This record gives sequence, structure tokens and C-alpha cells, in this order.
Amino acid sequence: MWTYISRRLIQALFILLIITGVCFLLTHYSADPMSQYANKQGMTAADRAAIAHSLGLDQPLPVQYVKWLWLALHGNLGNSFFSRQPVLTLIKERLPLTLILMVTAEIFIIIISLILGTVSAVKQYSAIDNIITSFSFIGYSMPIFFIAFAGIQIFAVQFKAWGLPYLPTGADIWNPKNLGVLIRHLVLPVSCLVIIQVAGYSRFLRSSILEVLGLDYVRTARAKGLSERTMLLKHALRNAALPFITIIGLDIPFLLGGALVTESVFAWPGMGRLFWEYAQRGDFPVVNGVLLLTGSAVVFFTIIVDVLYTFVDPRIRLS
Amino acid sequence: MTNQAESTNSVPVLKAEAAGGMMPLTPGQLVWRRFRKHRMALVGAVGIIAIVVFIIIGSIVVPEAAANAGDLHNRMIAPTAAHIFGTDSTGRDVLNRIIYGGQISLMIGILAVLLEVSIGTVIGGTAAFYGGWVDAVLMRFTEAMLSIPSLFLLIVLAKVLGHDIPTLKILGRTFSGSVGIVIIVIGLTSWMYLARIVRSTMLSLREMDYISASKSLGASNIRIFFTHLVPNTLGIIVVSSTLGLAGAILTEAYVSFLGLGVQAPTATWGNMMQQAQSFISQNAWWMWVFPSMFIVLVILSVNLMGDGLRDAFDPHSTRHL
Repeated sequence: MWTYISRRLIQALFILLIITGVCFLLTHYSADPMSQYANKQGMTAADRAAIAHSLGLDQPLPVQYVKWLWLALHGNLGNSFFSRQPVLTLIKERLPLTLILMVTAEIFIIIISLILGTVSAVKQYSAIDNIITSFSFIGYSMPIFFIAFAGIQIFAVQFKAWGLPYLPTGADIWNPKNLGVLIRHLVLPVSCLVIIQVAGYSRFLRSSILEVLGLDYVRTARAKGLSERTMLLKHALRNAALPFITIIGLDIPFLLGGALVTESVFAWPGMGRLFWEYAQRGDFPVVNGVLLLTGSAVVFFTIIVDVLYTFVDPRIRLS
Repeated sequence: MTNQAESTNSVPVLKAEAAGGMMPLTPGQLVWRRFRKHRMALVGAVGIIAIVVFIIIGSIVVPEAAANAGDLHNRMIAPTAAHIFGTDSTGRDVLNRIIYGGQISLMIGILAVLLEVSIGTVIGGTAAFYGGWVDAVLMRFTEAMLSIPSLFLLIVLAKVLGHDIPTLKILGRTFSGSVGIVIIVIGLTSWMYLARIVRSTMLSLREMDYISASKSLGASNIRIFFTHLVPNTLGIIVVSSTLGLAGAILTEAYVSFLGLGVQAPTATWGNMMQQAQSFISQNAWWMWVFPSMFIVLVILSVNLMGDGLRDAFDPHSTRHL
């Protein structure tokens, strides 16, 4: 067990090294910060050199990388080129809003897909199953901005035109500290995320429940005279939920990165937008910081999920 | 009866058996037979053909200039008889743009999937074939790429490649060079799952008895790789690339929607959506409803077909026989 964990941790360090290396290389060539931050009229070559030096851009790329990595290991992700604020401060500003959006969505996603997946598996080939499966297939094939636009069109634009209570489009400026305002702004983005994700998850859960329902031990449970309900909840669902939990576990770290398209449609000031805005400006420290944070979250969550899995499912032995 | 008579008699019997379907089917025939029985997969295939035919006929009827040139007197007209899908904010006909945007979106999807499949197969195949440290390095690299949220990777890569975009001239038509960049960017950011699938399939195939048999007959590693491993992985590659096509079209829509993809005046379904976003509040629903309907239709059809192909290629599936 411990040898397994330590081997995985060593692998994780290698993976993080590759992630940061690739990202550092790519961001370096993604934009020219000097053209953004040293383009004022009347700037001499000496001024430009001084700016490049103050941003640390005058050194060779490998040196920049090692310096950045060394600071990052000490919990310092550097300062933004643009605002000169520490990257961690910027991330700390945005992270709560992303978490509010994503965690709220994830809770609804899990509950709704559990219900829909179970119902459509138990009532396989019934009318309700056909409806759920068709809708989840359509939802699964839909770009999220389609649902987002439809939501804005109906609940923000039309409702306003009809004089009904309407939802904000996200184009306005709002204060996230006010709970009522926050909730009003949450409704549409959360619904979009839920609709898209539930489609995939419920399909997945349905097929894993169906697989379990065909197994011998379910027949034994039925033969013992257990009610369908007990059989389902105590026997079938427990085992069918395992792969479902894994999938959710593996998706959770990606929540940190936010949902870039959703955040950009609804102007939600989360991590996805932070990345997007600063990537546009060639602000390397912020871009690399966000990538390092999400990358490490994904890498370590994968290990945690794998290890936890052995506790939930004793059939699995780590080796 | 002489022996000769017997052998001449047996010929028609064999023929009759063949006609009665007693001859063993080739793997290809088995796949086709299973696919044919999959009703929804056929619906998907018909859907794809219908959209492709629509785009081809549309491109013949409508000149490209009509899709890219605006008419400022007819801005944002709701659907009428003259413009059945309405016009956009610069007076371009939405239907014409859907036709030409469809060409680009489908082309990007197909070429990006080809790139994705080539990279994924080469990396997965190399890892499985050489094993050892080559496998370890390639798989760690794959995992690393999987750990970065794909849109983040896509944005950075698009900005790396998108510095100086030349205009491309293909078949007498000019394309914004961003078309090529979007293809490369999608291909380079989506091969990871395929590489993993190819590798694990090849690794499990390598343990099969017929591979040992082939080895004991003196077949070289390269021969085994090309005559046994590659053909037996092909089914899985076909299925993943079909589902990958849906993913690539969706990704193109997202990238263009974020403004990093194909640049105007070349239309794609994604950048039509981007343009429409600013006009939702002005109630110009036709600007986004129609392009996104086409996106959903194509992806739905491709997914349906991919599901059918998955069942058809699965040798254990007897469901649709």
C-alpha cells in the first residue's frame, strides 16, 4: 500500500514537471508581453531593457523556468505583469466565485443524475426510460452555449419584455457579496452546467446499473425474497455507484479551472475568466499559476481517488 | 456411384450452402450486419448524409460571396421568405452562412480527427510496441496533457500558433489561415484518450495465444505489429474517431465562440454563435438558433452512429445479431 502510494507520488512529481515545462514553453511563445507592457511612445531601448529586466524576461527561458519553479515550490507564484499583484492574491479573489458556481452545480448534477439514471435503469425500455435516454442523448450532443443562449433569451430577454420577474443576463455589473443578487446570477449558469453534465452522467449510471442488475447476486437477492426496493438500494446501487463515484472524483479537480465557456457567456468572474483575460494579455505568471494549480489538483486527486477506491471496493488490490 | 460423380455432385451442394448464408461471414460483413440492425445508428448515418447533401447542394446553388458579403440595408431581419433564416448584424444571410460555415466546420472536424487519430495511434502504438522506459515516458506525457483542462491548453496553443496568419488559397478559394491553425490545435489537444485506448488494447492483444503462436513460427516483432496488432485495433480506432469527430466539431464551435478560432469573414457555426451572442438582448434569436441547431444535429447524428459502430465492432455483442 505505502509502496504503491509513494510510487504514485514520485510519478506525480514527474507529471507535474512535464505539465509545468510544457506550459512554460507554450505560454512563452503564446504572446509577446513586451509589446503589451513596453509600447509607449518615446520609449528608448534602455527603457525597454529595464522593463524586460524587471519582468525577468531578459534571461534565457530555462533560467526563467527554474527560477519560477523554485519560487513556486516555496509557495510564491510570482506577480502579475499587468497588475503587479501576487498571482496567488488574484487566484484567491476568483477561486471562491468559481467554487460557488461549480459546487452548487455539482450538487445538483449528482442528485439529479442519480435519480434519472436509477429510474431509467429500473424501468428499462419503458416510456419514461425512453424519454430520459433520448433527452440525455440530445443533451450530451449539445454545445453548452446553445442552452445558455436559450436560457438568456427566454428567462432574461423575453421575461423582461413580458414584464415578468426576469433573470440577469450577466452583462451587468453586480456585487457578489449580496446574497440575493448572487443567487439571481447563479440560476442560469448553474442550470446550463447541470443540464449538460446530467446528460452524460445519467447515461453512464444507467448502463452501470443495468450491468449490475444482470449479475447472479442480484438474482440471489431477489430469490431470498428481498423487496425490489431493498435489493436495489442495498445491493445493486452500491456496486453500480462505484464507477460513478470514480468519474465524479476524477472530474472534481477540473472544477477548479471553472467552466470557461459558461463563465464567459454569463460574465462570471471565476477562474476560467481569470485565465482567459490574462492569457489574452500575455500575462505569463498568472497563466502559469492557474495551470500549475489545476494541474496539481488533477494529478493528486487522481491518486486520492485510486487509493480511496480500495477502501470502498475491497476486491481491488493496489500493485 | 463413382468417386468422380460424388465430387461433381458436391459442388452444387456447396453453392447452395453459400447461398443459404452458411458460409462463415468475414469480420467486415459481421460488423456491417450488426450495424445495420442498430436502428438509431442508421438514423445517425442518414442524418449525416442529409446534412452533407444539404451543404453540397447549397454550395452549388449559393455563391460564396453571398455568404460573406453583407448588405447593410438589411441588417438583422427576422426570418422572411427572402431570408428564411433571417440576416445577421451586418446583413448577411444566415442560411448562406450556415451552408458555408458547415463546409468549414465539417472540414475542420474531419481533418482534426485525422490528425488526432494519427498522433494517438503512433504514440499509443509506440508505447505498447517498445514497452519499458519508452512506454513510461510516453504515458507520463499523455497523463500530463490529460491533467491540463483542455480549453486552457487549447487557448495557449491557439495563441502560440496564431501569430502571423497567412491566407490560404485552396481550389481557387481563399480561406483565413486560422482554419489550418484550428485543425492543428484541436488535433494536438485531443489525442490523449485515443493513445491510451490504443496502448491498452495492443497490450492485451499481445498476451493472446495467437500472438505466441505467431512468435513461435518465427514472425518478427514488426510483422506481428502490422499483421496482428494494428488490424485488431482498427475497430476501436474507427469507433473512437467517430466519437472524436463529434468532439472536434464541438471543440471548433467552442474555440471559434471564444474568438480564437476561424476569423471573419469566413463563417463557421462556432463564430456565427459568437457574433450572435452580442445580439441576444436585441431579440435576434434567429442568429443563434439556426447555427446551433445544425451543430446539435451533426453531433447527435455522429454520436448515434458512433454508438452503433461501437456495438457493431464489439465481438462480444450479440445484442443486435
